[in-house]
Amino acid sequence: MISVSGGAAQLSARNHFSLFGLPIRFALDSEALDRAWRAVQTAVHPDRFAAGSDAQRLLALQYSTRINEAHQVLRDPLRRAAYLCELNGVDVDAERNTAMPEEFLIQQMEWRESLEDAAQAGDLRGLAQLEQEVAGATSETELLLEHLLDRSEPDFQRAAAEVRRMMFLAKFSEQLRLEKKRVERGTASDC
Amino acid sequence: MALLQIAEPGQSAAPHQHRIAIGIDLGTTHSLVAAVRSGSVDVLADEHGRVLLPSVVRYGPDGVLAIGEQALESAVTDPTNTIISVKRLMGRGVGDIAAHSTPYDIVEGPGQKMVSLKTAAGLRSPVEVSADLLGELHQRARDAFGLGVADDIAGAVITVPAYFDDAQRQATKDAARLAGLQVLRLINEPTAAALAYGLDSGAEGLYAVFDLGGGTFDVSLLRLTRGIFEVVATGGDTALGGDDFDTALAHAWLSRWELGHDFSALSASERRQLLRLARRQKEALTELAPDVSTTASWTRENGQSYGADISRREFDQITADLVRRTISVSRQVLDDAGIAVTDLKGVVLVGGSTRMPVIRRAVAECFGQEPITGLDPDRVVAIGAALQANLLAGNRSEGDDWLLLDVLPLSLGLETMGGLAEKIIPRNTPIPVARAQEFTTFKDGQVAMSIHVVQGERELVSECRSLAQFELRGIPPLSAGAARIRVSFQVDADGLLSVSAQEQRSGVEASVVVKPSYGLTDAQVAEMLQAGFSSAQQDMQVRALREAQVDAQRLLEAVSSAVSQDGDLLTGDERQHIEELMEQLRATCGGADLDDLRDRTRRLSALTDDFAARRMDRAVQRALAGQSIDGVIGHAAR
Repeated sequence: MISVSGGAAQLSARNHFSLFGLPIRFALDSEALDRAWRAVQTAVHPDRFAAGSDAQRLLALQYSTRINEAHQVLRDPLRRAAYLCELNGVDVDAERNTAMPEEFLIQQMEWRESLEDAAQAGDLRGLAQLEQEVAGATSETELLLEHLLDRSEPDFQRAAAEVRRMMFLAKFSEQLRLEKKRVERGTASDC
Repeated sequence: MALLQIAEPGQSAAPHQHRIAIGIDLGTTHSLVAAVRSGSVDVLADEHGRVLLPSVVRYGPDGVLAIGEQALESAVTDPTNTIISVKRLMGRGVGDIAAHSTPYDIVEGPGQKMVSLKTAAGLRSPVEVSADLLGELHQRARDAFGLGVADDIAGAVITVPAYFDDAQRQATKDAARLAGLQVLRLINEPTAAALAYGLDSGAEGLYAVFDLGGGTFDVSLLRLTRGIFEVVATGGDTALGGDDFDTALAHAWLSRWELGHDFSALSASERRQLLRLARRQKEALTELAPDVSTTASWTRENGQSYGADISRREFDQITADLVRRTISVSRQVLDDAGIAVTDLKGVVLVGGSTRMPVIRRAVAECFGQEPITGLDPDRVVAIGAALQANLLAGNRSEGDDWLLLDVLPLSLGLETMGGLAEKIIPRNTPIPVARAQEFTTFKDGQVAMSIHVVQGERELVSECRSLAQFELRGIPPLSAGAARIRVSFQVDADGLLSVSAQEQRSGVEASVVVKPSYGLTDAQVAEMLQAGFSSAQQDMQVRALREAQVDAQRLLEAVSSAVSQDGDLLTGDERQHIEELMEQLRATCGGADLDDLRDRTRRLSALTDDFAARRMDRAVQRALAGQSIDGVIGHAAR
């Protein structure tokens, strides 16, 4: 949407990392990201041009939108990893490529069953334990991604596969969170 | 595109006169206007010294128009023509309103689903009623600053509940346009309140704002850091407020007097009388000990009298359900954001209804701390809005600079097969934000498609709020599934949505016909504006010329300050060309040729497009450089 000419092209040509003056890698100082996001947003936000002409406000809106988008992608490890793969020409392609290693498929099935059982029984402890397991698997995957993406010879194909694994984990922990909430609602009263 | 005025942080772009900007709290029961005058915020009063304008407008027979206090007097004698709590009707359809019992004759507006009210003066949409309220406040501000005919307010910041959806925000903005106000920004009421408090105390951290007004309830979680206000999460109930406490009390009396469980046995004016009595008694309770009863009596139109006494203890019982609802929404917001009450640095109370002891107690219990109450809860929102308006108008002074960042209050989605809503932008995404989605045709040779945009958290379209229907036309006829139509959704800093679409293969821009589900189309707003001016055609031309002159002047100022600051970004040729066009525009500025003036403004603006973008890019660079220095300093301090 940003017109492809001059300075605007410079901005859209820049990748999410360099937009915030950050190194292009998976490991991230999230405080530095937030600081840079706020600093840049302070410079370009439409509020800075509220009394300006329509054209000024439109340009500010485009810049500000772009900066929010970059921030959203980078602050989420999953989207950050996928973005790094894409920057290097490897499409994560989660919609079509659903192939997973067999052991992980078995693991998924087991988790789903445990979730169903624990939810039906209203077993909060069981749900909490499952939550812990999934959180563990998530941070393991994150570590692996850092290893695959940040080493001197990155393996983007394998990283893409790990991103797909992480997508499942994210979806599953959201389900888990909702079930847990539902069970909690059933047992506890409001404050 | 025009040049940008980019200043170093904490420094204004160019010395200029103080621009008058106002903050308006457009409330359900009353509205206020405030402004920064010689460095401090004043809530502006009418000629009788009253700051609260009752949000009431009467459209009487023979063109009688009464606004505020004057209209309130007729609420009892002429209820169907006296519109109160119009905010509840903003951006709403007839189907939404049926649930509430209102005394008005509500019909579907002409050519739109938004409600219209039948009054003695004809049909009035809620947008027009709100415009009359805003117009009154606008005039009040003009009087307060002694503005002559040729001068006007630079702009206004208007507050809306954090939970307001797109249709409701758009309706508010349309009302301001009708009232002749330039909207600098719509901001959320709780955010405005935090702004007022944040500036006073300068305390950073995570805050909850508990806002119980006359007709709406919001809970917001805000993070204040390094001069930036960020809305972390919002939640609320647009149909819960102090009015409901009045109703609950009135209903309790009616059952006690064996007159039924609701208002069905009463006439419209009896109903109003009883509600006003309930409100007075509720307010009186605030000052009393729990077991002391207030005393009053109520007389029906048939002469029968009833004792309308109540103690705080009884009142607390009657309203326990309402209080519980506010607390359960508060819990939900905290839960959704994954924030524990112990993470909160403070809880701010907003809205006159938070004076009720039962609310203060419940809030203190739920949040585990005594709420912050330093400012008048009725005024705090208007004060914050005025501070923001002053900043946005460009009256920035050193050390007095902040940025308000906001999030989307409700998820935006599209209707898909089977009446399901697919989320495009989830709620609490920082705004402005844009998303693009690709669609394809499902029939050979299909040249049009219809897209339904909804807002809400539910899975079924029928349980979400319908925002708009988009007709995409001009799709090149291809075999089914071959066309790729990319639809872009842009949400601006006010949280308002706009849509554009393009067929990817041919590059054909599909035209988007926007039909807001519960709002006015641009054409309808233009028509209303036109109607207002029809008696004074000349006024309108004078106004248009003045606006064009102001625009041209603004552009000239911006360009010359940009050239003097960042002229090194231009080649010699570019610079010369720009200066020629500036000279030409300056020469046209004093004249009366509207078309010529607009045309030259447009040309200079177009020529400086690219320069503006280059400067914006430089601003990004500088911001990054500035913040890494900041980081070093922050580090050294530790």
